Amino acid sequence: MEIRSRDILMEKNIKINIDGKELIANKGETILSIAKRNDINIPSLCYNKNVSNTAACRLCIVSIEGRPGLHPSCATIAEDGMKITAFSEEIETKRRIILDLILSAHNDDCINCEKDSICELQDLAFKYNLGRDNRNFPPIWNKLKKYSDKSSQVLDYDATKCIQCQRCVKACREKQGKGILTFANRGIETAVSTGYSKWNKSQCDGCGECIQACPVGALVMKPVYNPKNRIRQKDIEKTIITTCPYCGVGCQLKVSTIKNKIVKVEGCNDIPNYGSTCVKGRFGLDFVNHPDRLTKPLIKINGKFEETSWKKALNITAEKLIKIKTKHGNDSICGLSSARCTNEDNYLFQKFMRSIIGTNNVDHCARLCHSSTVAGLAAAFGSGAMTNSISELENADVILVTGSNTTETHPVISTYIKRAVLQNNAKLIVVDPRKIDLVKYAAVWLRQKNGTDVAWINGLMNVIINEKLHNRKFIETRTEGFEEFAATVKKYPPEYVEQITGIPSEDLIKAAKLYGKAENASIVYAMGITQHINGTDNVKSIANLAMITGNIGKESSGVNPLRGQNNVQGACDMGALPNVFPGYQKTDNPEAHFKFAKAWNAELPLKPGLTVVEMMNSILSGNVKAMYIMGENPVISDANSNHVKHSLESLDFLVCQDIFLTETAQLADVVFPSASFAEKDGTFTNTERRILKVNKLISEPGESKPDWQIISELANKMKTNSFSYGSCKNILDEINSLTPQYRGITHSRIASGEKLQWPCPDKKHKGTKFLHKDKFTCGFGKLSAIEHTPPVEKPNKKYPYILSTGRSLYHYHTGSMSRRSTSLNNYLSEAYCEISKEDMNRLNIENGELIKVKSRRGEIELAALLSDKPSTGNIFIPFHFAEAAANKLTNDKLDPVAKIPELKVCAVQIEKI
Amino acid sequence: MIKNLNELNEYSKKLKIKQNNKTGVNILISMGTCGIAAGARQVLNALSEKIKAENLQDNFHITEVGCMGLCYCEPSIELQDIKTGNSIIYGNLKPEDAEKILNTDFNQSMHGLEVIKRTWNYPEEETENKQNLLQAKIALKNTGRINPERLEDYIVNSGYEALSKALFKMTSRNVIDEITESGLRGRGGGGFPTGKKWSFAAAQKSDVKYIICNADEGDPGAFMDRAILEGDPYSILEAMTIAGYAVKATKGYIYIRAEYPLAIQRLLFAIIQSRNNGFLGKNILDSGFSFDIELRYGAGAFVCGEETALINSIEGLRGTPSNKPPFPAIEGLWDKPTIVNNVETFANINAIIRNGHQWFRKIGTKNSPGTKVFALAGKINNVGLIEVPMGITLKEIIYDIGKGISGGKKLKAVQTGGPSGGCITPDYLNLPIDYDTLKSLGSMMGSGGMIVMDEDDCMVNIAKFFLNFTVDESCGKCIPCRIGGQQMFAILEKITTGKGTEKDLEILTALCDTIKKTSLCGLGMTAPNPVTSTMKYFKHEYEEHVFDKKCRAGKCKDLILFSIEEKKCIGCSACKRVCPADCIEGSLKKPHKINSDKCVKCGECFRACKFGAVIKN
Repeated sequence: MEIRSRDILMEKNIKINIDGKELIANKGETILSIAKRNDINIPSLCYNKNVSNTAACRLCIVSIEGRPGLHPSCATIAEDGMKITAFSEEIETKRRIILDLILSAHNDDCINCEKDSICELQDLAFKYNLGRDNRNFPPIWNKLKKYSDKSSQVLDYDATKCIQCQRCVKACREKQGKGILTFANRGIETAVSTGYSKWNKSQCDGCGECIQACPVGALVMKPVYNPKNRIRQKDIEKTIITTCPYCGVGCQLKVSTIKNKIVKVEGCNDIPNYGSTCVKGRFGLDFVNHPDRLTKPLIKINGKFEETSWKKALNITAEKLIKIKTKHGNDSICGLSSARCTNEDNYLFQKFMRSIIGTNNVDHCARLCHSSTVAGLAAAFGSGAMTNSISELENADVILVTGSNTTETHPVISTYIKRAVLQNNAKLIVVDPRKIDLVKYAAVWLRQKNGTDVAWINGLMNVIINEKLHNRKFIETRTEGFEEFAATVKKYPPEYVEQITGIPSEDLIKAAKLYGKAENASIVYAMGITQHINGTDNVKSIANLAMITGNIGKESSGVNPLRGQNNVQGACDMGALPNVFPGYQKTDNPEAHFKFAKAWNAELPLKPGLTVVEMMNSILSGNVKAMYIMGENPVISDANSNHVKHSLESLDFLVCQDIFLTETAQLADVVFPSASFAEKDGTFTNTERRILKVNKLISEPGESKPDWQIISELANKMKTNSFSYGSCKNILDEINSLTPQYRGITHSRIASGEKLQWPCPDKKHKGTKFLHKDKFTCGFGKLSAIEHTPPVEKPNKKYPYILSTGRSLYHYHTGSMSRRSTSLNNYLSEAYCEISKEDMNRLNIENGELIKVKSRRGEIELAALLSDKPSTGNIFIPFHFAEAAANKLTNDKLDPVAKIPELKVCAVQIEKI
Repeated sequence: MIKNLNELNEYSKKLKIKQNNKTGVNILISMGTCGIAAGARQVLNALSEKIKAENLQDNFHITEVGCMGLCYCEPSIELQDIKTGNSIIYGNLKPEDAEKILNTDFNQSMHGLEVIKRTWNYPEEETENKQNLLQAKIALKNTGRINPERLEDYIVNSGYEALSKALFKMTSRNVIDEITESGLRGRGGGGFPTGKKWSFAAAQKSDVKYIICNADEGDPGAFMDRAILEGDPYSILEAMTIAGYAVKATKGYIYIRAEYPLAIQRLLFAIIQSRNNGFLGKNILDSGFSFDIELRYGAGAFVCGEETALINSIEGLRGTPSNKPPFPAIEGLWDKPTIVNNVETFANINAIIRNGHQWFRKIGTKNSPGTKVFALAGKINNVGLIEVPMGITLKEIIYDIGKGISGGKKLKAVQTGGPSGGCITPDYLNLPIDYDTLKSLGSMMGSGGMIVMDEDDCMVNIAKFFLNFTVDESCGKCIPCRIGGQQMFAILEKITTGKGTEKDLEILTALCDTIKKTSLCGLGMTAPNPVTSTMKYFKHEYEEHVFDKKCRAGKCKDLILFSIEEKKCIGCSACKRVCPADCIEGSLKKPHKINSDKCVKCGECFRACKFGAVIKN
């Protein structure tokens, strides 16, 4: 398997001979992979370099001098001096017979097959001249007809075309770590199956890894992008590689289009996803071609939107903003940039706010997800990003996942974790109040009470120090503050921690020993850690844990916050934050301030601006009069949405820039239609700090424009000739010159296919795989003494349940994109509230029944879903659904440092309707 | 609980004294699955009631034993006069024979019951007239002689002597050397040297190793493993423990097919008994060596008898084979070094350890020492389970042990090796049988099925019959076996229905060669054997089917034509009356006629005609 050995240095070279050719090979390589590398095309159908060898098709047989019989080259490890015959009359005759056999059990209806011309079997049949007249065996594929399964929401299985090569079965088991596909029956009736139930009733979540693995037309995607017209390869006009617009993994996608329409998506066999995608990336891009797309600028007249020209829309906006700026001051205007837009868009947006409006009131939704990470890790290490790379997870000995439902929120990253466990014997520790999917793979699962993270982390470290599993050398040479830190941790013995968290002390000890003894331990976390009133403390505690065991600054270890949106890392890097310029250069640092003022030729504000929730509050207190919101939907995404909506309605002027008329845009005075990821060029920075190219696939609908162009035009309206960028390249050049971490990540390097991770200080630098190697960004790592503080809201008589919110696999954020995808809606179209069986019984509600959930701030109605994920007394609601917006309930109390609201804990009541 | 070697020796001594003090007559009743099916339980009940009614408990001691191998005359019992050592075997018993059995006079030859002549001896024991007995029971030493559910019976019959010798007098290396020197070869069919396999696993550095006993006996008509497991379960546990000691494994699995409920029940009982008595578990007999055994059940897939498929099945995966190398001895169960040996192989281990390799090598041939158990079946008079020394001839088996072809017909072929084996012609009746000679004839030892065929058997049809089994049992993983088997079967179907062409024979030959050389596991590689071996020795029958559209055995219905010879027919209507298809016409006393379009070729008319007027072509 290639994936596993990708990062392992191969042992010394050996020499082999294939058909008279002397070849150099690596020890441990199979004959087939050596042959393939050297353009010796030994036929094969069951071979897939991403999974273990199957040796089922027997086409790759070769003979080896000194060994009797024929050997499958895919499963035979080359040995030094081996003399191999890959092509001889005897072998070719056998291959021909085998192919003839395959064709007899294959419905070769090429004329009606969408894999026509990209079918591996068709290629071989043609090569061996095995047309129907030249075959010796009568067709017997009819026997398999009854095993076809077309029930899946996204794919069709045609058993009559299946060649039983196992590539799909193995891809599902080994690459995705799911093991949903298997074979049913035996002998000639062997067929791919999802077990005892049909595809749509199985646990298949539609990632499509199987489709990608299928060499023939047996597993094909349903025509989700083109329900009326079937598509063959030859119909496709263009296929372009770009970066997925959904979560922060940054999957590389091969997107095919016909006449400005996306018709097919495949995973690209490259960093970071190596061919994998999730259901959203592969089947959920149809929002791009949705009729709801905004195609013309809108202005609101008498409460109703009317289409208008760009000129008018821009003029009105510029005039309005200038007026408010003059009357109420620069800081009466706020801007929300977007984690879904490119680095170039974000760079220009914050530059616009700072240099044209003259305020630092710029923020974006990272405030709601990882602002506590940025604050906490910056304090501990000096830099607030994922320390290591995604692929390193696969080689970790121990992985601790906490507050991340990785399989649903970062599906492709979860495959690395699962492979580490299933194939590399890594031990997984899951710490989560919910029984998430990863628990199945875990060696230990600690189920803490919501909002008790500092306590369990301190408990873990208490055991580690007591057991002397801490890395004293690392602590001495690389960190400071151990004494005070240790004194605090001492107060958290497992028994005490059990009282606070509910985690049995023996489980805590087991987890501590696992983590403490590991050679390389990685921590993966997400919103479950950050979205708390003490989110920054949680993050610092995690940093403490990594530092005292020396699990930072080396491969397959580190502290790895998973970023939720495609470009939330980039938006932060680009300075779409109220206190920093691009590259985390502080606005109130005189040196940085001078540098940017000079480069931008403008007077810049020194004082840090307002954060998202502070902006909303300041509107009501009258200090903020206007807002410019690009690609965000705070009405749905922010805590306490009734309050957010009320605030936005109270503005004098609101301008929104989006691809759809979102719940937020509906409140705007002016709406700019922008181009989606599919219609523009630029870059995204994924969760592992990797800068990935976004390529224009199709032209933008109607008069919509890329965000950077709209910002430029508005800027120029407000200040003549201030923004003169011809293309994204010009913007990136400017980013390179002002952002030290991005200095070497130039347009030409990205265009040539390099996928670099910052920091990359110069044009020759290869990028940084993991951070803090010999020294922390801030010098010494800061160990902090942190005490447990309880969440703000505790359950009481009136509000007896604890609600936490999050994502579902099938939807994304506020649903503006995913809920406009047909196939994603086929999987999930309605809001639900996960409730445990005990609570269901106690409340006397049935699975699927409509219920009312009420908090101190609002109420929503939605369906109850019986689930074993939440524990008794806890419920979970995904926040994607505007009609049952979970954020109407959530608490907007803020972490004092990061200003992140406590989205993960709020007390609610449940009513039967 | 037997804590150490001393306690075992003491206990064994005590049991022997107890045995020697016994008087009267032992009644051994064959209670394997086969005996029970034939009605042994009723005979047993009748005997017990009789003994109870007549108060003869001190004179007669009934022991339920495993299969004696006398399939042709079940239910069967053996009576042993404890004082004289004389014994007598009865077969085809009925419950009403109870009185006669109890009245047996060992000095008389007539008893009014069917006396069965013994054809076996026990090489480990000195018995008289040894030279006349063709069978030699080593693997089946206890089977049919002891109560399989009584640990005492096993111990008193040299049970655990081998284990104590291995644990206390031999090093692991010694044990492997002894097995290697003995020349024992895998009895599951492959014939791989057992000692060599053990030494491969022993050479592996690993914290965990496994011993697996392959009891997934799947060949149709083969039941030697079942007989051993039902009749002598402790011997397998002892041998596996010895193997564990030899290669430094601590865990064993017996992979047994779920269709063997009695064997499973007896094994489970034996495992619990062994654990309770200190023969399994931690620190066996205070030797410092620990070993335990668990059962795993096969779900009825023939391919799971293949070791890698078996291992996948134990791991909870689909039971399909994996490519070798790596071999299980290097990377087996859960990727750890694993010994997979067949039941019969294990059944030889204890005797070799007890008596040494030189003793073992005296039996059998140079390259195939020891014995082999065969399941003798087909058109033969004495069908049954036999254990014979390697090197015995087919003639001795068929005519001396099996008492010849049933119905006095002519021997046509002997099929060995189960569905993956091949057919041997009467030309080779005098060839000594061992692994290598059978292979050189295009057949194989296999697990020991031996099916005798007579002149009424069509060899093309026989090939099709066996192929049908392997095609049905193909796991579906590799293409040559999955599709190739199916297409091979389709060609035979064509030939036997008279639609075969010369080209079909060519394609068949090439296809057989491809399947044999390119299949993933032994099942596929040997699947063409029934075809290739019959094509080799009975090519003329294939050609007759293809060119003359004739089946000389009259087995292929589509190639037979029934007609009535006018001159011989007296018009008795006997044929007309029996015809199920109503295709015979003719009025009384006038010659009848068969309408061949409607004829279903059942042959009823042929059998009904007393005048030889119905002709089969």
